[in-house]
Amino acid sequence: MSESMPARGASTLNLRGTSTPATRIIGVLALAVMTWVVVSAFFFTAPDVVQGDSVRIMYAHVPAAWVAYLAFVTTAIASGFSLVRRHRTLGFDRVAGASAEVGVLFMGLALVTGSLWGRLTWGTFWQWDPRLTTTLFLFITYVGYLAVRRIDASPERRAKRSAVLALLAVLEIPLVHFSVVLWRSLHQEASVLNPDGDVRLDGLMLFTLFSGVVAFTLAFVWLVIHRQRLQTLVDLQGTVGLDSALAARATEAVLR
Amino acid sequence: MKDLGFILLSWSVSLGSLALLALATLRRAKSLAARVPDDQKPWL
Repeated sequence: MSESMPARGASTLNLRGTSTPATRIIGVLALAVMTWVVVSAFFFTAPDVVQGDSVRIMYAHVPAAWVAYLAFVTTAIASGFSLVRRHRTLGFDRVAGASAEVGVLFMGLALVTGSLWGRLTWGTFWQWDPRLTTTLFLFITYVGYLAVRRIDASPERRAKRSAVLALLAVLEIPLVHFSVVLWRSLHQEASVLNPDGDVRLDGLMLFTLFSGVVAFTLAFVWLVIHRQRLQTLVDLQGTVGLDSALAARATEAVLR
Repeated sequence: MKDLGFILLSWSVSLGSLALLALATLRRAKSLAARVPDDQKPWL
């Protein structure tokens, strides 16, 4: 190692940001699987007997909704750990926050793509149907959760406050998922995870749908890792800034 | 293909917003990483 190159762990600054070899691998995999999903959704799969070509929207809509559920459950689990564990509380809290941010994006995508699909299939962008209404309510709850996280407080207080909210908010997910069974709904029942265990999809359609879930999950993992590291940098920057200010103040006091 | 406009719109909104969030995250991380010493970053 040349003298100009600092040793690993030395106090240096770099511009690599939050990337590591593992995140690069996840990113490349996500891009590769996503490319396959788009190609298969547009060119390989056949139109649905009932829905026609609008079924091609489902390969984005269904994975987006499933990954949004996954994100909110991850937020709840990380929040639970942040409450019960004495160490690494802030680490779990950052994972919870990052997962909720990404989950809100996926839930928003599920709402938008579902609305476009609804226009083609039902003839309307929106209906105050149980599934749509509970999904919108879930989306708004997590937007509120993110707003609570932004209230000015110490990272410890932020962690405790938002963890309690996340553990309450996750209880809405079963309500959303089973809304099509509990109430009379315009929204179709689950084609894959239905109570009969009967998969109502053709082989390639099912494979494309599952590939979509894999691609969106990889994108979710990539985004959560980067965004929780980003939150670490934001918190650290506050600490570094405070340390510098205290050091400057101490120097000033000595000079007087 | 029937209803191609709606289908394309759905996919472009989905992939576009994911790409935008990814790019915004990387840009902000790069800018903040320059202000925090390496030895304080747990992932390095």
